Amino acid sequence: MSVDQATVRRVAHLARIAVTDAEVPHLQGELNAILAFVEQLAEVDVSGVEPMTSVTPMAMKAREDKVTDGFIADKVLANAPASDDGYYLVPKVVE
Amino acid sequence: MTDLTRLTLAEARDALARKEFSARELTAAHLDAIARARALNAYVLETPEKALAMAEASDARRARGEAGPLEGIPLGVKDLFCTEGVRTTACSKILGEFVPPYESTVTSQLWRDGAVMLGKLNNDEFAMGSSNETSAFGPVVSPWRRQGSDTKLVPGGSSGGSAAAVAAGLCLGATGTDTGGSIRQPAAFTGTVGIKPTYGRCSRWGIVAFASSLDQAGPFAKTVRDAAILLRSMAGHDPKDTTSVDRPVPDYEAAIGRPVKGLTIGIPKEYRIDGMAAEIDALWQQGIAWLKEAGATIVEISLPHTKYALPAYYIVAPAEASSNLARYDGVRYGLRVPGESIGDMYEKTRAAGFGREVRRRIMIGTYVLSAGYYDAYYLRAQKVRTLIKRDFEIAFDAGVDAVLTPATPSAAFGIGEKGAADPVEMYLNDVFTVTVNMAGLPGIAVPAGLDGQGLPLGLQLIGRPFDEETLFALGSAIEQAAGRFVAPEAWWG
Repeated sequence: MSVDQATVRRVAHLARIAVTDAEVPHLQGELNAILAFVEQLAEVDVSGVEPMTSVTPMAMKAREDKVTDGFIADKVLANAPASDDGYYLVPKVVE
Repeated sequence: MTDLTRLTLAEARDALARKEFSARELTAAHLDAIARARALNAYVLETPEKALAMAEASDARRARGEAGPLEGIPLGVKDLFCTEGVRTTACSKILGEFVPPYESTVTSQLWRDGAVMLGKLNNDEFAMGSSNETSAFGPVVSPWRRQGSDTKLVPGGSSGGSAAAVAAGLCLGATGTDTGGSIRQPAAFTGTVGIKPTYGRCSRWGIVAFASSLDQAGPFAKTVRDAAILLRSMAGHDPKDTTSVDRPVPDYEAAIGRPVKGLTIGIPKEYRIDGMAAEIDALWQQGIAWLKEAGATIVEISLPHTKYALPAYYIVAPAEASSNLARYDGVRYGLRVPGESIGDMYEKTRAAGFGREVRRRIMIGTYVLSAGYYDAYYLRAQKVRTLIKRDFEIAFDAGVDAVLTPATPSAAFGIGEKGAADPVEMYLNDVFTVTVNMAGLPGIAVPAGLDGQGLPLGLQLIGRPFDEETLFALGSAIEQAAGRFVAPEAWWG
């Protein structure tokens, strides 16, 4: 499978990465090189094989259902590019 | 006084215990070396004041008789580990001047045991790379050079700063992370020892995530013993990482020098790849001969799905990365590029903040997870992963204690020499290491020789899950036979 330029633009939008028209042909070439490389997986017989979900067979531990953290709003907001009065600030979302 | 930066970690530890010098003196010697080695670009942030304060606190603890296992040992930290109050960037512009309000579990355990932090080490952006050339801070220069040449070589990646710093005597050990070979490949390129432990052995909490089902932390060190000492402090169960395993951490150092007589070593025929360099094959044969002389039994094994590990990795890792890196949106931390709408802001921020390799991988990951392609790519890759793991299980069930392979297909290459036209050319560096991440197994890279141009080459040992001790025993046997490979005298200043 290979991607066309419309697919490159669609994938970039899904990934929320702006691409310029000039970048599209180059990205298309790179993505197709990688897709051509992974194409060889098609020759593996995977019938009856379970997909891996965990490399180590282990039951995840459930912790006690109680609050262990919190009341650190200042720390949480300390790295925000824009914040005010305990909130993150973003461009207007709802008109 | 002898140059304290030439000591191994174990030598420094023992000399500190005998009070031959103080932690402050040891730290100061390394800070001096770091200041003279800026041409290597190994550190992206030096923290000399913090280092000296930690060293003085360490000397005070020792005076009170409270010395921990790493008391006073100066270490470097890959910039992928969050360090409380100390800028952490993953060497990406998108994290900007991010200052974590928390400490990663692995580094907190190093400080708990008395170690001193010298600063943060360069790496490929978000650990995506095999040469440290994708870092937003620029490439790291290896302390090694080809004989009679001053061409700048890569130290490997993604933990290139860690490898270069240990090789150049800019710390006594360093942390790294390994998703497809990012500890073992740079260790092999720089004549250092690097181990990626079993998945789940070290907590991933507080480490910037790349591909969560593959990422593991591990140490870089000058010797196998030093790596064993560091891993003991780094490993252990952490309730904050549900994939970390709750089983006791052995005294890995006790495995150094343990006899390897009677162990069975598997030699996988599929690792003899087409066009393998004669020097790499010769190194491998030498490794086999050394282990045979030490009393190990050598058997040929088959790991038939080896060739599919790298393509499967380049589906699984980008898929997980595209999901993990969705969090960088310009809202909560790091870079923000203003936009007309929130969507416009996301797109502009991510275009400006991510470098080329990271953008490429996010897009591949987004594509293989998108509607209509999930089964053909991601699901199939996860099934192939099951088969790769099964190959190893069959070998271990047949009595193999560890697998011996080359660590890399070549010695270090020059900066700018690879991957410019085709990203896959760079990816092939990880052909021998990536299977280990896909199967969740432990793997160690041990320096074993020099190539015709005087550059280090490494061998890799792959072990059963949670049997790092056997890797340390075998690694020390190879080290004993091969000797240590110390980087050239400081040409960098």
